[in-house]
Amino acid sequence: MRLINRHPGIVLRAALVALPFVALFIAYALGSQARLAENPSDKLMPAPSKIAETAVRLLTEPDRRSEKILFWYDTWASLVRLTLGVGISAVLAVILGLLIGLLPYVRATLAGFVAVVSMIPPLAVLPILFIVFGLGELSKVVLIIVGILPFLIRDLSARVLEIPREMIVKAETLGASSWVIALRVALPQLMPRLIQAVRLSLGPAWLFLIAAEAIASEQGLGYRIFLVRRFLAMDVILTYVIWITLLAFVMDMILRRISRRFFPWTEASL
Amino acid sequence: MSFVTATNIFQSYGRRPILERVNLSVEEGEFVSIVGASGCGKSTFLRLLLAQETPTRGEIRIDGAEPAREPGLDRGVVFQRYSVFPHLSVLENVIAGESFRRPWGRFIGAEKRAARDRAMQVLARCGLEHMAAAYPAALSGGMQQRLAIGQALAAKPRILLLDEPFGALDPGTRLQMHDFLMDLRAETGMTVFMVTHDLEEGFKLGDRVLVFDKPRWDLTDPDIIGATITYDFDARDGGIPFQTIKEDTHVFRPN
Repeated sequence: MRLINRHPGIVLRAALVALPFVALFIAYALGSQARLAENPSDKLMPAPSKIAETAVRLLTEPDRRSEKILFWYDTWASLVRLTLGVGISAVLAVILGLLIGLLPYVRATLAGFVAVVSMIPPLAVLPILFIVFGLGELSKVVLIIVGILPFLIRDLSARVLEIPREMIVKAETLGASSWVIALRVALPQLMPRLIQAVRLSLGPAWLFLIAAEAIASEQGLGYRIFLVRRFLAMDVILTYVIWITLLAFVMDMILRRISRRFFPWTEASL
Repeated sequence: MSFVTATNIFQSYGRRPILERVNLSVEEGEFVSIVGASGCGKSTFLRLLLAQETPTRGEIRIDGAEPAREPGLDRGVVFQRYSVFPHLSVLENVIAGESFRRPWGRFIGAEKRAARDRAMQVLARCGLEHMAAAYPAALSGGMQQRLAIGQALAAKPRILLLDEPFGALDPGTRLQMHDFLMDLRAETGMTVFMVTHDLEEGFKLGDRVLVFDKPRWDLTDPDIIGATITYDFDARDGGIPFQTIKEDTHVFRPN
């Protein structure tokens, strides 16, 4: 039997899913053990037990100076920025995507412009954002928007253009105006694609968020990581990295659930 | 005065002529089949009838009205594919036939209930009552086309345009669809134009069969000549309209 036709059973599949995670953990534990055996005060690869200890401390004990549990404080600050950035981008992208996809006049005006703007490396304009919008929340949210909006607009306008011409013509023969076609034909078909595009852009959004926080901020997950880097506090950094990964993963899962729950017709067509 | 008139239609894409000197007049209630080889311009002619494209020269009028510049309520259409909206349920698809002309594209309140009842009648007529809540993706090809026809008729168009509506269906389903379409047409007396590449289907369903072809063939540059209507058959009574024996001849005739 060919390899492409061999499928693992349920148990084996679960084991295979877990395998790379377990392998990574074991490799880390062995490496850490070897380093600590040589130098007990080594800070680069703290033992898993040390990381767990630090994690518990970070999650439960308030900071001595500010009396706040910084871990949750950072998480809240970062999530607000991320949600604002991604949310505003998504709304703008839907509106502009529909306009570009449906209206030849807007397409002629904006499609080329968006294509060029999307080539600007967002981090290169970060200094400009700091100068224009200050070092507060606004510049961080704007960086996320600058980073992912052009991609979202290009993706969504392309999706609108993919709607078969026949379907648009059919709507026209039913007397639909441009507005009704946008609202009742294009928008509903765009929504599941929007969720897909947002899922794809979550990675870049996190990247820009952490970059902005690392450079100028007073709280946030990225800020904390780059702060404790000075003390070589690998246990704190690793805790934060694992937490960020978990957050990103959960967000992705929620979006996938939403897509399945609210757009059942897309599943059936596949 | 005929119902649909096409006068001296020319259509070319760039320098390549597709149609030339197409003249046609169709009475209200006629079923016109349009046949021809691939690339002979029959689908182009349908798009012109639909006003999805405007001819380079000439004009098409329905009931003497000004030539349309874009598709509208007076023309209903069913394509081979993508004729129903995948994100609307079967019932909503039929309601869309009436509601899309509204400013927000939907009905509310009592109007919505009335539209729902009318749509259920349409679905009953199409044999899709039991699928009212399903999405089109769950329907078979024949059911989807029945839904598309029901949806188009719910908008009450002046003419119905069918672009190879049964091209993607298996032969059995196709025969069922023929019966469905014939019944529907007998009820509504709708003027229908149907593009098909199936000659048998064209003659079976149509009152008239128009054949699109190039009238001449230029050996040095075959693309220089556009297609036109080369035959216009009367397809009523099995294609032999002038041989119906009117008086009783007291002669044995089979059937």
